[in-house]
Amino acid sequence: MTELSTATTPAVPPWADPEAQPFLRLDGVSKSFGGFEAVRGVTLDIYRGELFCLLGGSGCGKSTLLRMLAGFETPSAGRVLIDGEDQAGRAPHDRPTNMMFQSYALFPHMSVEKNIAYGLKRDGLPRAEIAARVADILALVQMTPFARRKPDQLSGGQRQRVALARALVKRPKLLLLDEPLGALDRKLREETQFELKKIQAEVGITFVVVTHDQEEAMTLSSRIGVMNAGEIVQVGTPHEIYEQPHSRFVANFIGSVNCIEGRVTGREGGHLRIACPDLGAEVTVESGFEAGAGEKVALALRPEKIAMGRTARPGFENMVTGRVEEVAYMGNLTIFQLRTDGGARLRVTQSNTTRTDADVPRIGENVQLQWTGAAGFVLGA
Amino acid sequence: MSARGLAGLRRAWSGRALVVAVPLLWLGLFFALPFLVVAKISLSELAIAMPPYLPLAEWADGALSIVLNFGNYLFLLSDGLYVAAYLESLKIAAISTLFTLLIGYPMAYVIAMARPDRRNLLLMLVVLPFWTSFLLRVYAWIGFLKSNGIINNALMALGLTDAPLQLIQTDIAVYIGITYTYLPFMILPLYANLSRLDRSHLEAAADLGARPLTTFLTVTLPQSAGGIVAGCMLVFIPAVGEFVIPALLGGPDTLMIGRVLWDEFFSNRDWPVASAVAVVMLLVLIGPILLLRRAQAREES
Ligand SMILES: Nc1ncnc2c1ncn2[C@@H]1O[C@H](COP(=O)(O)OP(=O)(O)OP(=O)(O)O)[C@@H](O)[C@H]1O
Ligand SMILES: [Mg+2]
Repeated sequence: MTELSTATTPAVPPWADPEAQPFLRLDGVSKSFGGFEAVRGVTLDIYRGELFCLLGGSGCGKSTLLRMLAGFETPSAGRVLIDGEDQAGRAPHDRPTNMMFQSYALFPHMSVEKNIAYGLKRDGLPRAEIAARVADILALVQMTPFARRKPDQLSGGQRQRVALARALVKRPKLLLLDEPLGALDRKLREETQFELKKIQAEVGITFVVVTHDQEEAMTLSSRIGVMNAGEIVQVGTPHEIYEQPHSRFVANFIGSVNCIEGRVTGREGGHLRIACPDLGAEVTVESGFEAGAGEKVALALRPEKIAMGRTARPGFENMVTGRVEEVAYMGNLTIFQLRTDGGARLRVTQSNTTRTDADVPRIGENVQLQWTGAAGFVLGA
Repeated sequence: MSARGLAGLRRAWSGRALVVAVPLLWLGLFFALPFLVVAKISLSELAIAMPPYLPLAEWADGALSIVLNFGNYLFLLSDGLYVAAYLESLKIAAISTLFTLLIGYPMAYVIAMARPDRRNLLLMLVVLPFWTSFLLRVYAWIGFLKSNGIINNALMALGLTDAPLQLIQTDIAVYIGITYTYLPFMILPLYANLSRLDRSHLEAAADLGARPLTTFLTVTLPQSAGGIVAGCMLVFIPAVGEFVIPALLGGPDTLMIGRVLWDEFFSNRDWPVASAVAVVMLLVLIGPILLLRRAQAREES
């Protein structure tokens, strides 16, 4: 997983600055269809220049939330403020937002060029300026050779780029993107992710991007809002979401994690001691998690944070012995399924730093699994 | 290719041939053949006989002689009455088509945008008048339009007029009759088109800053062009040859080609000229028919 750092990150990000004014404020926003609540009480502040990702599984209400920002759905409760202005009662054509639709919604009777120029024409810009801006944006999304084609003469990925260009060319205050890169193949998607970040830095507008692809969210965003069943369950930077998830749902949704049940036995300064019967050991975790002795908790360990070797090495607070049950070679890394002496199943990944596999443990071999006190985190039962 | 594959292919072919043959046979039997008969009569000479025209081909002195008489066509062109009737029919049909479009488009739009469970009910209401006789419905309009009819009585009761308006036996009555009768032919193809309109296109237009009217003019209308052409031609083509409506609702000076045709056949018993009138009408309508076919082909793709 890659996390890009933007060149112009201020010393204190706006979300950590209590003085900063949010650009987009959602205040207890809900939406129900009939009796079904698609979005439930979302309260969220997004700051100017952010690239905010809404991440969640299919049907969790991401599109519905985005459509309320664009004005296509009216919230059943709550307020939407953009740049301090309450958007209640404002029609979509009156809002300072543009949206890239999940289905692209390109006008089939217009050429690529005309599709992109559509929004500029509605603003009554002079012809020469429209032509210039359309040409610029076509170059940016590398669609210049296709300017005169109709949407049905384009591939899925090309359509997606036209849809992006059409939303972007108006330079809205707030750009809403619904699964902007879903139709692209992996390689093109990765390139376009970088491209999107670059564009966002260049034009300096605030993006809200909906995605169900966790890797995409990690790569793109300044912050991520993880959604589940209509609610935002955690908001944070990609780093926070990955390293300090607040719940099992978030921990499991982003990356994979080993959750080992246990009971707190005590606290030593910043460390919590947890007895895990499945590991057959008592482990130490650096954690501020508030839990009294005897309370049921879970130790969460990302697979790449466990060191594995035939012999134990110094410098780790925790160690258990395990047996390799399965090995999956992924190219850049190898995934091991292990069973500890206590009976817990653990997943461990190792980077393949050499081209030979002489040192790689085989199925059936016994290995030492070690991790530091800072490697894991604690989740409530 | 395997033998079984070939046999399957042949079976598919014969199936396809059948599918094509049935409508072809139908068209040949009920359209091409009668048309040839009419074309033949149009080229013969009037006679006091039974049937009232001379045969085209004759055996005389052991030789076959075919006499084609183009006189009927020349007569149509030279007599201003026929040319005027053609032009008047085209005009009345065109204006009525415009009215059906103006009334039918909003209706089709509302039905297409209605909740899915209400659409069928609304469509039913559009088609419902077809369940009664066409003739009865046109007669009913006489009741509305005549001097002491419903409309005039209402107008006078409201004090809008002192004396009844002359509505029946005018061109206006013909427009009303045609517009009313052919409205479903406009609504159905428009509905078929508009119900396929992708709502996200409307949302995209609004999102890009288009007001509802602009959205309609730049997105909905251009995308429904195929439906408009199909609907207009479905109304225009039969309206040109309409006979019953001008006969029942029109005045003595409502000159439509359908009435001229009727008069030639039944009053004058001049079958050759009447046939020539019919053939020319078909030729005039070839343009619109081709337009309709193109629109339908495009709609299907
Ligand atoms: N107009 C509507 N009427 C009724 N239910 C709706 C409507 N729109 C959305 N829903 C429901 O609301 C829920 C959330 O839908 P939404 O489109 O926001 O999901 P999503 O998170 O965007 O999913 P995906 O990743 O599949 O696009 C779904 O269960 C959906 O069935
Ligand atoms: Mg969606």
